[in-house]
Amino acid sequence: MSRIEQAFARRKAEGRKLLVSFFTAGDPNPDATVPLMHAVVRAGVDIIELGVPFSDPMAEGPVIQAACERALRHGVSLRRVLDMVREFRVHDPHTPVVLMGYANPVEVMGYTRFAEAAAEAGVDGVITVDLPPEEGAELNAALTARGIDPVLLVAPTTTPARLERISAAARGFIYYVSLKGVTGAATLDVDAVAEKLQEIRQATTLPIGVGFGIRDARSAAAVARVADAVVVGSALVRLVEQHQDDTYKMREAIVDLVAELRQAIDTVEPARA
Amino acid sequence: MSTANDGPTGGDFSRYPDAAGRFGAYGGQFVAETLMAPLEELAAAYARLRNDPDFIAELDYDLQYYVGRPSPLYYAERLSKSLGGARIYLKREDLNHTGAHKINNCIGQALLAKRMGKTRVIAETGAGQHGVATATVAARFGMKCVVYMGAEDVQRQSPNVFRMKLLGAEVVPVQAGTRTLKDALNEAMRDWVTNVDDTFYIIGTVAGPHPYPMLVRDFQAVIGREAKRQILAAEGRLPDALVACVGGGSNAMGLFHAFLDDRNVALYGVEAAGRGIDSGQHAVRLAAAGRPGVLHGNRTYLLEDDDGQILGTHSISAGLDYPGVGPEHAMLKDAGRANYVGITDDEALEGFETLTRLEGIIPALESSHAIAYALKLAPTMRKDQIIVVNLSGRGDKDINTIAAMKGISL
Repeated sequence: MSRIEQAFARRKAEGRKLLVSFFTAGDPNPDATVPLMHAVVRAGVDIIELGVPFSDPMAEGPVIQAACERALRHGVSLRRVLDMVREFRVHDPHTPVVLMGYANPVEVMGYTRFAEAAAEAGVDGVITVDLPPEEGAELNAALTARGIDPVLLVAPTTTPARLERISAAARGFIYYVSLKGVTGAATLDVDAVAEKLQEIRQATTLPIGVGFGIRDARSAAAVARVADAVVVGSALVRLVEQHQDDTYKMREAIVDLVAELRQAIDTVEPARA
Repeated sequence: MSTANDGPTGGDFSRYPDAAGRFGAYGGQFVAETLMAPLEELAAAYARLRNDPDFIAELDYDLQYYVGRPSPLYYAERLSKSLGGARIYLKREDLNHTGAHKINNCIGQALLAKRMGKTRVIAETGAGQHGVATATVAARFGMKCVVYMGAEDVQRQSPNVFRMKLLGAEVVPVQAGTRTLKDALNEAMRDWVTNVDDTFYIIGTVAGPHPYPMLVRDFQAVIGREAKRQILAAEGRLPDALVACVGGGSNAMGLFHAFLDDRNVALYGVEAAGRGIDSGQHAVRLAAAGRPGVLHGNRTYLLEDDDGQILGTHSISAGLDYPGVGPEHAMLKDAGRANYVGITDDEALEGFETLTRLEGIIPALESSHAIAYALKLAPTMRKDQIIVVNLSGRGDKDINTIAAMKGISL
């Protein structure tokens, strides 16, 4: 059983939902990332999603765009991100780490080389935002061959035919993008999310994480009622931005928010058995 | 990853893209999932309409009576004689309504948008020509219009910014990244993903996810179809060479497409060599410094660093200042069907002045790159040979830039 599967199985047995945190690697500086990873795990995060900085992050709102620019100013790119995962693994052999990024840095490294390096570093899953299943077959095969889950996105616009295609290619979990928009965008419509999740569950037995638009305990609890995992990104990255000159304070603020989200998620009554 | 060997080898270039939207190893649909269904919807609508007689009649009517087509093919006699080589013809896209080739595509996409029931159009723009053309068709069809433009380009193309506003468009300066065309494109994509229900994204060049590179090319291909007819009428034979500048590459694909399978017609795409390729300040993707990668929805040649981060570019002309290039050009380069060359800022300025003084035609700085290459090419050819240069836009928008370089304040 992969680390991602174990994480979902464990929480399911406890009747709890997973909390997934997203932040950009190397933001606000390269030294901050690994301590932050450990800190959020201690505060209750189940899966770490680590953003790979890219110069042209088309799906990101202003908060994560700025995070990419800060990390790139320190020269943090895919190779450095893999080093960070390797360093994290020294003290945490359990928590799944999922990389989230764009296709071009992976193209330049080469699919096979990337899959090997990621497996060796201890990466468990990879989300490539601009690689729908039509374009992702080759990378996804390289990843699965080395025990890494290609985590695919489903959107509100995804048609039933596309859902079939995505389910066939996805491993680990499905990432449902809860709204039409970029990361950190407006408010999400929980009823619409619940409806779409039902449709997704017809097509796949994989657990579903929901992200985009979850910013506080209230929205996290609402999503936890219908999803298997709650992904929080821009709300955390906003704290990084706010405290970029004081990484101690930054970690403290993030840990507080994570603990609050954890509590909110754990107190919900699941809508489905 | 596919390899370059997937590309065409025989004389069948005009049949691309394939069903998956690929030009050999290039093109495709590298976008977030949210946009996949809208792209499928767009591809289906275009497949339905491209052969629909009503749609074609409506498009042709607007091209004739609104844009002013056909644009003349003008024999530049004084220019040709001063060079002492090949006869140079200019395809006068600068005479189109709004002053550039961009309107050909905007009319086509706006008609598509109308048929698809979209009420709002968005666009990215570099030099502002595509923004102006989009704002123009939005006014003509009564659609809301938002144009994204890099903050640096807003500065250097202020007359076009004002034109767009006069036409009723909202112009959004993009502060992210390098503040040029690539960042404007990112921002337009973000708008589209957010407002996908009522919004049509009018991409201005032959790049982006499938079906854009195909449909923009198809709407621009009228340039080459006309030029072919016109040169046959004027000279009774096909030209020996075609020359066009390549930013994203839409005016070049528009001119080239009708000639792709005429293997005796040499094709030259002219990229912006800025301050010189060795300076690192340029936008030469195909002729020298680029390599294949993925950006803005397609696989193509890019300027990038060893980590796959996209590099900033430099050109005196905002319309050529872009790190990617249309995937069909990438295919034509690998297959050796088209030649890609660089022209520096200084050479482009010389082209600008030469055409202005010898023919009384003020070319856009983008088109000046094509002129500058013709100045080099013509003297190497015989007097009975023929070059067709795409004069893709007029230079009125650039007079502030030129004046500033001469130390003159207007």
